[in-house]
Amino acid sequence: MNVELYERIWMWVAAGLLALFLCAIFVSAGVNAIQPPSHIETVDPTTLATNAEFGTPGVKVQPDGSVVVSVVAQMFSFSPDPIEVPANRPVTFRLTSPDVIHGFEVVGTNANAMVIPGYVSQFTVTFKNPGEYLIGCNEYCGTMHHNMVGKLIVKKESR
Amino acid sequence: MNGRHTLAAAHIGTAVAAFALASAMGVLQALSVADFAFPHRSESLYYIAVTAHGVLMALVFTTFFIMGLGYALAQESLGRIRGRGLAWIAFAMGLVGSAAAAVTILRGQSSVLYTFYPPMQAHPLFYMGATLLVVASWIWGGVMIASYLSWRRQNPGVPVPLTIHGMLATIIIWFLATAGLAVEVLGMLIPWSLHMVDKIDPLVARTFFWWFGHPLVYFWLLPAYVLWYTVLPKAAGGKLFSDSLARMVFILFVLLSVPVGFHHQFADPGISSHWKLVHTITTYAVLYPSFVTAFTVIASLEVAGRMKGARGLFDWIGRLPWRDPFFASLALAMISFTFGGFGGAINAAYAMNSMVHNTAWIMGHFHVTLGTTVALTFIGATYWLLPRMLGREVRWMALARIQPYLWFVGMALFSISYHIAGLRGMPRRVYSGSLTGEYGAPWHTLTRVAAVGAVLLFLSAMSFVVVVAATWLGGRRIAAPAFEFAAPLRPALVRGVWDRFGLWTVLAIVLVAIAYGYPLVHLLAHPRYGSPPFQPF
Repeated sequence: MNVELYERIWMWVAAGLLALFLCAIFVSAGVNAIQPPSHIETVDPTTLATNAEFGTPGVKVQPDGSVVVSVVAQMFSFSPDPIEVPANRPVTFRLTSPDVIHGFEVVGTNANAMVIPGYVSQFTVTFKNPGEYLIGCNEYCGTMHHNMVGKLIVKKESR
Repeated sequence: MNGRHTLAAAHIGTAVAAFALASAMGVLQALSVADFAFPHRSESLYYIAVTAHGVLMALVFTTFFIMGLGYALAQESLGRIRGRGLAWIAFAMGLVGSAAAAVTILRGQSSVLYTFYPPMQAHPLFYMGATLLVVASWIWGGVMIASYLSWRRQNPGVPVPLTIHGMLATIIIWFLATAGLAVEVLGMLIPWSLHMVDKIDPLVARTFFWWFGHPLVYFWLLPAYVLWYTVLPKAAGGKLFSDSLARMVFILFVLLSVPVGFHHQFADPGISSHWKLVHTITTYAVLYPSFVTAFTVIASLEVAGRMKGARGLFDWIGRLPWRDPFFASLALAMISFTFGGFGGAINAAYAMNSMVHNTAWIMGHFHVTLGTTVALTFIGATYWLLPRMLGREVRWMALARIQPYLWFVGMALFSISYHIAGLRGMPRRVYSGSLTGEYGAPWHTLTRVAAVGAVLLFLSAMSFVVVVAATWLGGRRIAAPAFEFAAPLRPALVRGVWDRFGLWTVLAIVLVAIAYGYPLVHLLAHPRYGSPPFQPF
């Protein structure tokens, strides 16, 4: 194929730019282990009320000191609400829904996941700054979608 | 009316009607989000408006416009449309299907948005109406391919006209994409909405939706590229810089448009991070043909400026016909796409997606891509098509001249505001920017600026609709101007490798099978429970 010199240069520059973007993603994913929430686990959405974990959602401290928060997102609230977690400790969120699809976004952080009935979404974050955060549902879930908010309280470690 | 183009004109007219209704629905949303009080403002009306705006703009306006453009190009570039009777039947099906879906939406029975994620359930006629529209588009694809094959038999060894090359690429992508949609709608949603099955797996349905949902973007974009490559340089008074690279670009889209859907599902459970990374790579790869397009089209415009005597580095820009509404629309659409493209690269950036996922940023993003790059190109193309299809002069030219600039300014206010609001965390699809009434301080002013932009967009949309209606009904009768396409600086003389559609289609199918095969099998192997329907609207 006969390609003009300037065009050839542009094509190499464009390819280089895209390779650079991808390298940045590979490094953050491979070296820093920054991944989107991609947990694979299923749960029956019609029997959540009697489920051992999601029947009583809440914050649980594991024997090793890590924090696990089980959350049920439903039309039009999050449970538990508010959620209290310690600062500077890994917090693992586990979320599911008994009805339609919801979103779980802690505004001002990168905690942001879809909540899909029949599946458990799981991801781990560490909150460095104590304070109160808004949790918003960011997937349309019905007429009162905009009222589906919650509160996350990040507490300074006492010790 | 010029009888050869009655079929195309019927499609374009339908597209403009859908656009008019959708525009009104758009401005209602922006006012509601910004907490402006207006009569009958309510949550129900808001979600009816979101659904109607999305379905009418993204599915009805685009599909009818693209079908009409395809018929016009087949008539002009191939000199034939094979199966005109069938094409009219498809037109009627598309019209009936769109009307049925629209009625259930406007009656408040299908407020499920244009993504219609289950287990939220719409009226059965919503799914069936959408199916009719898609089947109509399949028939259109068949008619276009039959017309091409008929032409090829009479012109062996001749390169396919570039206009048709791009439309064939569009049609192949559309068939590959709608295969996923057909599995979701025919195999899952329709039986479930008719109560033939009790439960549905929302994640499997979503996955098939995004198999369709991202290549849908290229179904819109490629016809716009066809116009940028083949008509814009001619309108500017120049030549196409490179014919063979344009063909390469269309084939790269055939290969890479479909195996990218997981970048819409980065935040979903049930799909492993490895496969999300695979789709990230293909998503960046599909940016490449757009980079090449940017060079070729801008170089073609520079050729035009220099042919008019421009000197110096940037003098050629001023020599371009900025007062021509066709040229201005397409040029502004291209400027908008440079921002849209880089925004897209951010959305596709794997883990960084968490910062913008389902925030107002996404609304800002697809309004500079679909909402300007594609919509403004189609608007401009309508100004170009009308005299050629109808044999009438465009009426109220002064209004047509202002209209694209008004759109660009309105969209800048709208889109930049929502991009920033999204970075500040504003969630998408909310009736009120203040949520329960207590939040939203970081983005309240931005939603107000966006609403001003939306009002300008609405005025621009109505200007366009008025010009189209006035031209159609009362434009001065003239001899229809010829459809003129840009000559390439170096024309392709023989049918080359980029014209071998069969080969590229097979390769594209292999790529889709690799990208979706394993993740779907893996997902289906888990114990899955399914969801009953909900109608919280």
